[in-house]
Formats: sequence, structure tokens, C-alpha cells
Amino acid sequence: MTESSALPTEPPAAPLLAADDVARVVDRIAHQLIEKAGPDLAALVLVGIPTRGAPLARRLAARVQAFSGTAVDVGTVDITLYRDDLRLRGVRALEDTRLPESGIDGRLVVLVDDVLFSGRSVRAALDALRDLGRPRAVQLAVLVDRGHRELPIRADYVGKNVPTSRSQKVEVHLTEIDGIDEVVLRGDQ
Amino acid sequence: MKRHLLEAGDLDRADATLVLDTAAQIESALAGREVKKLPTLRGRTVVNLFFEDSTRTRISFELAAKRLSADVINFSAKGSSVSKGESLKDTALTLEAMGSDAIVVRHGASGAPHRLAQWVQGSVVNAGDGTHEHPTQALLDAYTIRQRLGRLDGVRVAIVGDVLHSRVARSNVWLLSTLGAEVTVVAPPTLLPVGVGSWPVTVSYDLDAVLPKADVVMMLRVQAERMNASFFPSAREYSRRYGLDARRMGTLPDDAIVMHPGPMNRGMEIAAEVADSVRSTIVDQVGNGVTVRMAVLYLLLGGAPE
Repeated sequence: MTESSALPTEPPAAPLLAADDVARVVDRIAHQLIEKAGPDLAALVLVGIPTRGAPLARRLAARVQAFSGTAVDVGTVDITLYRDDLRLRGVRALEDTRLPESGIDGRLVVLVDDVLFSGRSVRAALDALRDLGRPRAVQLAVLVDRGHRELPIRADYVGKNVPTSRSQKVEVHLTEIDGIDEVVLRGDQ
Repeated sequence: MKRHLLEAGDLDRADATLVLDTAAQIESALAGREVKKLPTLRGRTVVNLFFEDSTRTRISFELAAKRLSADVINFSAKGSSVSKGESLKDTALTLEAMGSDAIVVRHGASGAPHRLAQWVQGSVVNAGDGTHEHPTQALLDAYTIRQRLGRLDGVRVAIVGDVLHSRVARSNVWLLSTLGAEVTVVAPPTLLPVGVGSWPVTVSYDLDAVLPKADVVMMLRVQAERMNASFFPSAREYSRRYGLDARRMGTLPDDAIVMHPGPMNRGMEIAAEVADSVRSTIVDQVGNGVTVRMAVLYLLLGGAPE
């Protein structure tokens, strides 16, 4: 989310994940979801956190269906109105919130985001989910975990753990939004 | 966005579109939810400062602020120190000293919100000033048109009736033309303001000629309380020439809609069967008012103070 930006400002660094790595990681998480959900797979709802969590959730759903034959529901939850840092920055435009018609009550909700950093986006998403219904359980899947948590939150499915310093930026680019699949680390060290 | 929303002219096309898009996102985020409340403006205080009577606007602003978790103080001039002679300025400074972040003001004098905006630190939202402007009404009307017709660019809108006394008409003229609609005002010559020639509109005195070419008909209330002279011979004659009845509604294009900002004089400017027909968006407008005002309050108060 906040860690990713579409505009590369520095000379291209070797990506942490190239396009085929991203595809492999998504496939692996899809397999893990199938394995961990077991007979619960039909109750699964993949909920992406905009901007880049939304296409990731759709990709995961497509791979889960390809591997298991079970169609899973997909949604998005915009967390802007639930953020705890609204007063620290200028006003932000809102993005889509769409949940499956059947809702999330009693379902197994997996939140999907691109980068896990402070954990504050996830906290906001948990608050939003609480207003939207009562899932049976909520889990978290992220493409990159870069550390530096400020809240007691961890991911259930991690594409890649990347040790970073706070001043660095992890940029996730996805074809649907940026025209290319890659994860790049920018900044000092 | 500017810090205040005082008139439709404060919004350029990008800002106005941002308000409508934000409202649409809020509507879809709240659709079908049991908890229709968002934590966004927790700890902020919104004062509704109403010097004129109002039902829907005051309740709509109150509901919008409460759904965003702001604290709301309702002030009406009746029963306050205004009746002891306290001025607008002192009233506003008192409210601000108590910690209000935004003041939503309705006043009988045109321009009162502009004066208020010079005195206070927080945001000022005009909820109707005299015969001048009512920008959030225009925003909710634009939102309703876009919701029903799917677009605003090139939409032909006829605004019919007491244009002279109508702040709704003024705000709609400016906002809708900013958003690319083609606006025609239809009224008897006595109910058109001096200077209507400088507005971005076409003027007509003949409702029957305009209706077949209108995608939207916006009927205005005849504001008897502001009429200190006779602007038309009789209510019946006004109604016959400028009222929208079922026969006239039948001359509209198939997908055209009928709007009214409320409160209605049924049987005067609009017939009951028209107000209750499927073309009528009057109830939608009220519902959309809450959503659009949530968007306005979020965009004015949701970010860091400048």
C-alpha cells in the first residue's frame, strides 16, 4: 500500500522478485490456502486491501480454483476511512469496497495485501471487517513481509520475508496496475 | 478542495467529480451493512448553525456527521442567545472557542457564510444562505442525475419555477454547467433574476416547448414566504403554465427524470401523481443527501489541517 509507488525515481535495482518469482509465490500461497483450509475451502473469501491487494486477491482466487476446482469468493475492503493516520496527511481518495453477495458472516476471510510493514493497514482492515460482518476466522496473506511491526500482528501466508531498514522502500508492481510484475527494494543500504 | 464550501463556484470540475466519486464509494462501502457508521471523524466536532427553519438539510447534515463518528451540536437561533441580540460573529466565535472543527450554516441573509468564513479557523459549509446558494443540494442533485442517467456531460437539465428566490437553482446552474450539463431555466419573466443573461444557461418562458428536449426536469418550490410582491396573477394560473402535471410529464423523453429539492407544494408546481411516479427521484435525492454530505465532510475534515 503505502510502501509501493508506481513511479521509479532511481536507476533500476535488481528486483527482489521478478515476474516469474511473483507467479511462483502466488502459486505457493494458493497451495497453502487449499491445504490449510481443507474442507473449509468453499467457505473461503479472499478480501484484498486496495490498491494492490485487490488484484492479488483475484489472482490467488484464480489459482486456488485452478488447483482445487473450487471457486472461491473475492472482495475488496477500502480501509481509508478506518486509518489512524488520517490527520497526519492530506485527504485521500477512496477506493472500492465490494464483498460477495452472501456476505462474510461465518466465513473464513483471508485478507490479502502486497506489503506487511507496520501492521496498521491490517488493523484498519480488521476494524472495517468488524463493521461488515462476523467472519468465523480472519487470516492474512501478504506478498512481502518487510518487518518493523508496530502492532502485534503477523501474517499466516507470506510470499517472501525481506529484511529491510526503515528508510528503505519496498515497491510492488503488478501488471493490472503498473504493467509489470516485480518487487523492488529502493533506498539506502 | 478549498477549506470551505460556500458556493458551487468553489468547486472546479475535478473537485466536484471527486465529491461525487467519494460519495459513490461511501455508498457502496455502506450498502447492506448493519453498522452504518464509520470511525473516520472520531473526535471532531461539527456544529449545525441554523438561523432558518429546515427539516431535511439539518437532519441530513446531522446524520452525515454522526455516520462519520463526529460529535454534532445542533444550534437553532430560536431559544438561543441570538434572541437576546447576540451577533452572528459572536455566536460563531463562541462556538469555535468550544472547539468546533466545522460549522454548517444556514442563514436568511445571502453571503452570511462568506462573512463567517473570514472569522473562524475551521471549515464553513453553506447549507443555504438567503436567495444565494445551497451547494450541497446541487451536489446531491448532480449525484442523483449521474446515478439515474449514468452521466452528467451533455445531459439536458430544465430548472423550472421560482428561479429568482431559489438558492437551489443558483447552485445547480453553476455546478451542473461545471460538470458539462446543458442547463435551461424556465420561469415567468417576473421570477427570473436581473443578470440571468450572464449565467451559463438558456432562458425560456415556455415549459411545453422545453419538456420534449429535457433529460432532467428540476421543479422548484414557489417560495411564498419570500414573495413580498405579486409575481404572478394567481396560484392557479402559475400552476397551469409552469406546474408539472401528468399530461406534461407524458411529453418528456422516455428515460427522463423529475426532481424536486423539497419541500413540495403538491398541486402547485408539481402534481401529486408526478411526485409519486417512477420518474420521480425525490425520495432518492433525500437518501443521496446524506451520502453526499458525508463525502463533503470527509473531504473537508478527513485530512491533515493545512
